[in-house]
Amino acid sequence: MAVTLQVEDLHVAVEGNEILKGVSLEVRGGELHALMGPNGSGKTTLAFALMGHPHYEITQGRVLFNGEDLLEMGPDERARAGLFLSFQYPAEVSGVTVANFIKQAMNAVRGPGNEISLLDFQKKMLEKLELLEMDESFAGRYLNEGFSGGEKKRNEILQLLMLEPKMAILDETDSGLDIDALKVVARGVNALRGPEFGALVITHYQRILHHLKPDVVHVMMNGRIVRSGGPELAEELEAKGYEWLRQEVGA
Amino acid sequence: MGKAVVDLGEYKYGFRDPEQYVYDTGKGLSRRVVEEISSIKGEPQWMRDFRLKALEIFEKKPMPTWGGDLSKLNFDEVRYFVRASERQGRSWDEVPEQIKRTFDRLGIPEAEQKFLAGVSAQYESEVVYHNIRKDLEAQGVIFCDMDTAVREYPDLVREYFGTVVPPGDNKFAALNSAVWSGGSFVYVPAGVKVEIPLQAYFRINAQNMGQFERTLIIAEPGSFVHYIEGCTAPIYSTDSLHAAVVEIIVKEGARVRYTTIQNWSTNVYNLVTKRAVAYRDATMEWVDGNLGSKLTMKYPSIYLMEPGAKGDVLSIAFAGHEGQHQDAGAKIYHMAPYTTSTIVNKSICKNGGMTTYRGIVHVAPDAHHCKSNVKCDALILDNRSKTDTIPDMEIMNNTVAMEHEASVSKVSEEQLFYLMSRGLSEQEATLMVVMGFMEPFAKELPMEYAVELNRLIELEMEGSVG
Repeated sequence: MAVTLQVEDLHVAVEGNEILKGVSLEVRGGELHALMGPNGSGKTTLAFALMGHPHYEITQGRVLFNGEDLLEMGPDERARAGLFLSFQYPAEVSGVTVANFIKQAMNAVRGPGNEISLLDFQKKMLEKLELLEMDESFAGRYLNEGFSGGEKKRNEILQLLMLEPKMAILDETDSGLDIDALKVVARGVNALRGPEFGALVITHYQRILHHLKPDVVHVMMNGRIVRSGGPELAEELEAKGYEWLRQEVGA
Repeated sequence: MGKAVVDLGEYKYGFRDPEQYVYDTGKGLSRRVVEEISSIKGEPQWMRDFRLKALEIFEKKPMPTWGGDLSKLNFDEVRYFVRASERQGRSWDEVPEQIKRTFDRLGIPEAEQKFLAGVSAQYESEVVYHNIRKDLEAQGVIFCDMDTAVREYPDLVREYFGTVVPPGDNKFAALNSAVWSGGSFVYVPAGVKVEIPLQAYFRINAQNMGQFERTLIIAEPGSFVHYIEGCTAPIYSTDSLHAAVVEIIVKEGARVRYTTIQNWSTNVYNLVTKRAVAYRDATMEWVDGNLGSKLTMKYPSIYLMEPGAKGDVLSIAFAGHEGQHQDAGAKIYHMAPYTTSTIVNKSICKNGGMTTYRGIVHVAPDAHHCKSNVKCDALILDNRSKTDTIPDMEIMNNTVAMEHEASVSKVSEEQLFYLMSRGLSEQEATLMVVMGFMEPFAKELPMEYAVELNRLIELEMEGSVG
């Protein structure tokens, strides 16, 4: 089955409060969708719900990933099925090196009997570190411990490149990055693009979209997607602001 | 081998060999038993007297009422001496077949081939296999079991034996002094640096058999040695007692590191007295890992006797079962000015287990300009388990730089979600956080031991989720 993420009428509650109030979208292999919207509109909730965070309760709707019921799977099964989430605020794990973590994650995704050889792993790691303009020593640091905001984001993209998922959700990976870092991150994501890879890029601002060139742009407000369109929608938002759209759709 | 697949609920090294003993003093302790031990060993009169005096002290001293629960420990049910083979093997070929099989399963010869200077493996109460590399012998380094040392190096032994941990120190030190058997003797001459670690492997095999090894290490001025002790024990249905004494003398400018990983089966009372004295500019390092046992009470201690002496204690404790208690920590005595110490303790409890950090930092009145840093981190994996921190500071000098940090943490939901979102199962994710927590300890171990520790932790963590 070709790569597809189909979200249908998704309702999500956190501690009894409904945050998502019926979200539908479909991302296919080869496509890159941008999900924009003001703070608090529910973008991160969608990301966490799709990845299976236990605090996010699905109250209605369904999600199919490559035809399979995503909501039946635990977060680890979703990852093994080829879904990836780049975290806005990834957790720190003291004492676990970036390299060790990524290697174990890769082997978990590849499955027993299909583990990557140490040599192949090292080769790939060095290659991706170079692409992301990261020093080799990065691989030996403890996971997110003492990382700057920019380092955390690069680390997420490093994992993306190493794991090579079928579908990636990037949750505000651009926030807090300077323009050079933004270019590097965009380069990483673009390196993966192809017919077997889809992405949903959550962002507050348009600037990363200059580098990522989305096929579709969605705008979320108050737990719903209020408008979808081509790349020009992002430019219109940039020019006119969210307030313009809020009045138009009455959200 | 009965089972091809190890039952996850069972102690991994719980295999056991049929007992074939040459000597056995039976259960219980008396003057007769102590005399018998001494005469079987053909000891000189002074050691016999030492033992008998220690027995009197043991009988007079009350059971400690602090620390863990010792109420179920019955001294009459313990066997105080068993000798598994009559003579010592100097080469691997001479070691009895059955004992060899046990060691084979523990991987000892392999370890030796790789990097060890000598293997002194204690099976039952006595060392049966002992080998030391010729270059060490040429340097004048002595590494043998304690019984041999009493016979062959009586002057050295008599000068130091019982001087760091006298029999009157505590009830279990007294017991050990009365019935001790086996353990290692290490002597490093002045200026000699032993490049490769010396290793001893201890193992209890007989039901109701106490193990009372006695280790003495003397590091002459400017020398260095790293001694490694690892323990695994088969599982038994009734309680077992391990009461060891380790004494270390670190002379001027010398450095000794003593690394232990213990993984006693869950019925063992592990009550060990470990103490070192460090003189001018000397460094003593205890690296101490405690897994398994029913109750461990162990507080490696260092007396910093002269200016410039330095003491480090790095330890971990893992309590993974209901009723299991790791009461462990460190004691540092700053007896002289300009002495420094560091204590790092990490503990993990799960499944109803309990960990206690218990420590003392003592600074004597005239020990000015001392520095001490204490850090205790506890990780609790579920709500049934418990951890305590009992740090004691006895500071009698006001020019001391003293730091103390303690933390208690859990594996956070955000950590688990993050790791699981990359494909790790909940169990793998939890294990990863636990391993990370242990890393500051594991990285201090030689590679082989780090691998072994990881395996043991993995085993302890199995079935801990869901």
